[in-house]
Amino acid sequence: MLELFFEFWRLNDPNVVWVLTGSVLLGSSAGAIGCFAFLRKRSLTGDALAHAALPGVTTAFLLFHSRDPLVLGAGALVSCFIGYFVIEHLIKRTIVKEDSAFAIVLSLFFAVGIFQLTRIQKTGIASQAGLDKMLFGQAAGMVRDDVKILGAVALGLLLFVILSFRQLKSISFDRQFSQTTGLPVAFFEMLLALSLVLSVVIGLQLVGVVLMAAVLLTPAAAARYWTNNLAAMVLISGIFGGLAGAFGANVSYLAPRMPTGPWMVMGVSAVFLISLLFAPDRGLLARIKRQNRLSRKVHEENILRTMYKIGENAGDFSIPVDTGTLLSYRNMALQQMEAALRRLRRKGLVEISEGRFTLTASGLERAKEVTRFHRLWELYLSKRIQIAPDHVHDEAEEIEHILTPDLEALLLQELGSPIEDPHGRVIPKAAAAEGEHK
Amino acid sequence: MIESEIWILIIASLVAISCASIGVFLVLRKMSMLGDAISHSVLFGIAAAFLLTSSRSTAVMLIGAGAVGLLTAYLASALNRYGKLQEDASIGVTFTWLFALGVILISAFADRVDLDQECVLYGEIAFAPLDTIEILGKDAGPRAVWMLGFVTLANLIFILMGYRNLKAISFDPVLASSLGINVALWHYLLMSFVSLTTVASFESVGAILVVAMLVVPANTAYLFARSLVGMLSWAIFLALLSAVTGFFLASYFEASISAAMAMMSGVFFVIALLSYHLKALKSVRPMSFPSAVR
Repeated sequence: MLELFFEFWRLNDPNVVWVLTGSVLLGSSAGAIGCFAFLRKRSLTGDALAHAALPGVTTAFLLFHSRDPLVLGAGALVSCFIGYFVIEHLIKRTIVKEDSAFAIVLSLFFAVGIFQLTRIQKTGIASQAGLDKMLFGQAAGMVRDDVKILGAVALGLLLFVILSFRQLKSISFDRQFSQTTGLPVAFFEMLLALSLVLSVVIGLQLVGVVLMAAVLLTPAAAARYWTNNLAAMVLISGIFGGLAGAFGANVSYLAPRMPTGPWMVMGVSAVFLISLLFAPDRGLLARIKRQNRLSRKVHEENILRTMYKIGENAGDFSIPVDTGTLLSYRNMALQQMEAALRRLRRKGLVEISEGRFTLTASGLERAKEVTRFHRLWELYLSKRIQIAPDHVHDEAEEIEHILTPDLEALLLQELGSPIEDPHGRVIPKAAAAEGEHK
Repeated sequence: MIESEIWILIIASLVAISCASIGVFLVLRKMSMLGDAISHSVLFGIAAAFLLTSSRSTAVMLIGAGAVGLLTAYLASALNRYGKLQEDASIGVTFTWLFALGVILISAFADRVDLDQECVLYGEIAFAPLDTIEILGKDAGPRAVWMLGFVTLANLIFILMGYRNLKAISFDPVLASSLGINVALWHYLLMSFVSLTTVASFESVGAILVVAMLVVPANTAYLFARSLVGMLSWAIFLALLSAVTGFFLASYFEASISAAMAMMSGVFFVIALLSYHLKALKSVRPMSFPSAVR
């Protein structure tokens, strides 16, 4: 097995080179084009169009009795286009919903294709062998000429994406705006559809009808986790698609019985899974981590503010409080509270002695700050937005953790350095400001 | 007409009734593509169930495929909710992955798995009558008839019992939830029945007819029906009509019966579409269906 693996990557076998080139080019061009379908929330277009290609292939075969990829490709192109226009028509001109339009075209076109395929098989026309490979794809069945056509089309598609990137970007994000700027939107939508159709057609032999959807969709979905920039997304998606192509070709070489398409899809799905979990910023783990960090911060700040309130009521911030007292002021799970107190102690904001807690000097400053944010916001809501004072607390409860010193300065200016919040409690001043006052 | 042809018609009719009735709710809930997704990904369920138990028994197949069908629905909505991936892409990523896995399993264990992925895709209803079962030592007819009969009955009971709730979640999920209906529960119940129907129909008629029967008659009815009951009965009627006419089309052309039946459902859809456009031309503002139902 390992021996074969190295044999593959030594690239001595010219067949390997052809198949590898074809798979990589197909994967990367479909990955790049797929991004635009993805952004327009038409990810399943690829699925519908790939199925719609089948009757074109079989009709072309029945008409010309030829397996020439150009003939079959032309047939596929025509029926894909018909399928595309039927979908557009159903969505735009009838009450049929988008998802139904896809499913209708997919199942009906495919049924016509299968109907003809079974007729071809029954009549036993000699050259039909291999036509059914279109369903699942077989890289081993590809010859040099197939790969040449595939490669030329794939390169053309990549060139198209690069050259008309600006226009494609514009119609993907804001169709109406593009129209007002005088961009021929309908024309570029047609070109985009044509390139989707073309990548489906060249993918048929390699990946097959059923899984072409994944080659168009999954790299784009994976790339989306890594970036917010369209150019970067198209690039990453193209690379992911190319990698998946190489993987599929490799497996197909190691185990010739294996169809290429499914392995290509497994490859790109693995990349998707990794992106979903580990991508920085948008990935699942990064988001969970961020959420946890935020909720820890919220717990800590809530405790600080509660301790400030207790001290304020008593008129003395140095009286130690226990968790029972804290709990009577703030509804919170005891475990969460204890964990938050431990973190506060590590940060030197809280001191502990005999199970009772006091704010340190820096803890008091921090508590004052949070309280100030809270009360300033309450005041702002009731003064400027004129929400009744008894309704402002919950809003402030959320905003106090997010306010920044810059916003605080703006609020202070806006409200004219106020003394009291709407409930008549003193808004604590920052240490520097306090000094100024005296 | 010989006996096996009658069995074929009975099997196709059962598929038509169960798919079209449950398909109406799938279409109204704008989840047609989920039907397509489930009908593809159950291939993995069937292959895995077969490899694990090396049994071709109906119960094993139904459980394996049904579980994967539900898994598809669940994974798609989990990707959407927790993975922050848009809905269409969530469905696409989920089912292509499971389908690819199914094809790989079948290819890898081709010598052990008596399954044919192409057969699964476009089915061979012509052979279904040959696969008979015995009950109490007597020939009880094709296995598919029993299985599909059971599923059809289950579907109809589900729809009759849950009619009010299904109607509510199909037309206005927000209202439904304010009425105290557990929308998620009914969503997954519906998905379970979609999986069950798909799986039961799958083996005998293939995925392609399942998707067509789920979506096409329901959408045909959607074009002109004025009430949910009307849509349901029209969908079932059109599905049955497609099955019967498709059967004769296939025997005339000697082609796949399942594909011919799906094609006939397409013919009726096109007729309904043409009359829809004619009507729309005559009256400037055609009555829209959902508002008429509410």
